[in-house]
Amino acid sequence: MDDAEILHRIQFAFTVTYHYLFPMLTMGLAPLIVYFKYIAVRKGSEKHNIAARFWAKIFGITFVFGVVTGIPLEFQFGTNWAAFSRFAGGVIGQTLAMEGTFAFFLESAFVGLFLFGEKRLGQKLHLLAAVLVCIGTWLSGYFIIATDAWMQYPVGYEIMPNGMVQLTSFWALLFNEWAIYQYLHNMGGAFVVGSFAVTALGAFYVLSRKQIEFGKLFLRTGVIAGVIGSIWMLFPSGDLQGRMVAKHQPPTLAAMEGVLKTEKGAPIVLIGQPDIENKKIDNAVSIPRVLSFITARRWDAEVKGLDSFPEDQRPDNIGLIYYSFHIMVGLGTIFIAVMALAAFALWRGWLYNARWLLWILLLSFPFPFIANTAGWIVAEVGRQPWLVYGLMRTEDGYSPMVGSGNVLFTLLGFLGMYTILSLLYIFLMLRRIEHGPAELDAELATE
Amino acid sequence: MLTTWFLIVAFMLVVYVILDGFDIGAGIAHYYVGRNEKEREAVISSIGPVWDGNEVWLLAAGGTLYFAFPVLYSASFSGFYLPLIMVLWLLIIRATGIELRHQLDNEMWVGFWDFAFSMASVLLAIFFGAALGNVIRGVPLNEEGYFFAPLWTTFSIGDNPGILDWFTVLSGVVAFVALTVHGAAYLAVKTEGEMLRRARRLVGVGWFALIVVTILSLIAVLFVRDGILENYRQNVIGWLIPVVVIASLGGIKYFNHIRNDKASFLSSCAFLASMLGGAAFAIFPDVLPAIDPRFSLNIENASAGSYGLSVGLVWWSIGIIGAIGYFVFLFKTFKGKVKVGESAH
Repeated sequence: MDDAEILHRIQFAFTVTYHYLFPMLTMGLAPLIVYFKYIAVRKGSEKHNIAARFWAKIFGITFVFGVVTGIPLEFQFGTNWAAFSRFAGGVIGQTLAMEGTFAFFLESAFVGLFLFGEKRLGQKLHLLAAVLVCIGTWLSGYFIIATDAWMQYPVGYEIMPNGMVQLTSFWALLFNEWAIYQYLHNMGGAFVVGSFAVTALGAFYVLSRKQIEFGKLFLRTGVIAGVIGSIWMLFPSGDLQGRMVAKHQPPTLAAMEGVLKTEKGAPIVLIGQPDIENKKIDNAVSIPRVLSFITARRWDAEVKGLDSFPEDQRPDNIGLIYYSFHIMVGLGTIFIAVMALAAFALWRGWLYNARWLLWILLLSFPFPFIANTAGWIVAEVGRQPWLVYGLMRTEDGYSPMVGSGNVLFTLLGFLGMYTILSLLYIFLMLRRIEHGPAELDAELATE
Repeated sequence: MLTTWFLIVAFMLVVYVILDGFDIGAGIAHYYVGRNEKEREAVISSIGPVWDGNEVWLLAAGGTLYFAFPVLYSASFSGFYLPLIMVLWLLIIRATGIELRHQLDNEMWVGFWDFAFSMASVLLAIFFGAALGNVIRGVPLNEEGYFFAPLWTTFSIGDNPGILDWFTVLSGVVAFVALTVHGAAYLAVKTEGEMLRRARRLVGVGWFALIVVTILSLIAVLFVRDGILENYRQNVIGWLIPVVVIASLGGIKYFNHIRNDKASFLSSCAFLASMLGGAAFAIFPDVLPAIDPRFSLNIENASAGSYGLSVGLVWWSIGIIGAIGYFVFLFKTFKGKVKVGESAH
């Protein structure tokens, strides 16, 4: 790997990872805001209306950060990955342009109306604006997933004499099976982020004995959403996505699960450190035969290990894939346990008084961000050494004329700029949370 | 089909310049029209609900360009690597300025973001103008269809030009002046009282500067590119474009004088559209002219496959009708003057 390639990869990985922290929250919050607003309109509940306005403020700030960190990604396909864009533009240009045409216009127009237009629109239209913002953000997610899915599992294309790909089936591209399963899994992940955020803030208000009424409302809503979302991530969506990987990218599956050599009746490794050179897992805690059953539904089925693939077909960072996958699954399991316990407590009526449990709910909010990020690392690092699986290698995709010195310059610039953005975001969030929903409403009333 | 997509991409870029142009222009005019914190807040409020949607046209235009002409997209974006990344940084700074300014009631905080917003707006206008200048002048594409332009070389036009040379700097100045007038005309529609008077005065003064730099740049173009008038010679109908340029310039001044701010703003929209349309008409069927004409990218050698383009025509038509609908609704909802001291937030 030469200097320029690694720098192009680091810059894209950094900017895309950073960017996605914001959309996972906005996509997760959007349906919950719609819920608050819907109850407000349907039952005339002022409390739900204030809750919707409060979360809309959080949504609005997060949305702006998502937009400004998202524009660099669309640019970088061309600035940093020109050879890839030229090769693949005839196909993935479709989904990227559709995102702009169908999703961005919808969400950006209605986010303005939703955030600033409540008085001018009236309650019913304001609810409609919330619904359309939600649809816009979720559509946007679909087009991006469809783009990524084509890179993971290319369909509906042919290679032209000049070496570029061109589209042969629009519907195959749009309803790529990989896209559908990845979307179900990914959007569930965003929903978990949103529900944990609402839950954590509810726990904070109840624990700090401030705005307790809103704290309880957030807890109720967040816990119910969280328990549904967390279970959905494991089954069916996680299971389905895993089988996609097994079917189309067997070397990636082997790296994820830490199957370093082929065996029958393969165990599933829960914890352990892969020793890639000696093809074993150190300090392994594993359950015999389970991996064979999960992948093939037979206890003694053979699972292909990394040693059964030629060196140049194997991912180039097995450790990172292995750990990211185990972090994602481990956290996902903990989410189910925590949310199930909280839901039980809610049902039995002791949640609001169980300070130890509220503390756990409060402190757990960063972990869904980590789990989602880890999942994306599995997907994108797992695709290596391919940029488009089986068609174009990553080393052939970056811009041939952009030298490493220039990329390092812009990478450092992004690092600095995003550090400042992070500080601003944290500062603004803490202020919003400090003021809380009730004061926000007083503030709005005086304007 | 290829001509249709050329027109579609050009249309999207023109809409972007007109829409984001007025909020960038408002940023340029920020300190002139808004003399104190409250007035500057009114400037921000006038673009608050719409700037983000305006900027989305850049993304949508970029996406459409990528989709229809992937070779053009990869050549131009990697060739203009440094200025484009800087544009990204400016867009980030500008957006944070608009959105964070009102978050804290503190003089230093507000003052800092006012400055960031206005400065980034000024630089963006110049960068975009310079970018257009580069496309008109041509870039040093090689036979593989790539180039990499340094930010500047000798500031002269030769075989190895930089992004900035005397011509592209002049284009940057034209864009700066044009967007100043455009933004001031928008603020005249949206404000009242003392701010309205200042906005009108800025349109009036800016107009004279605009006449001067427009004429200069049109003369300069004739020296920079041979055969720039070729399309105009072959298609007489093209001469309608300069007629619209002149008429719209007249319109800006006339309607500003009789205090019909809306018509003045619309004239400014027509001016931007006709200037950009004139440039597109001149370079067609090229999409990115090269210094060595053999390597120029045109609608044939830069486009995607024909099946994809025909499918795209179907969904693009559906999507754009929706988009226009949303924007009409958005602007209707927020029509009318913003009041000083009354926050949109």
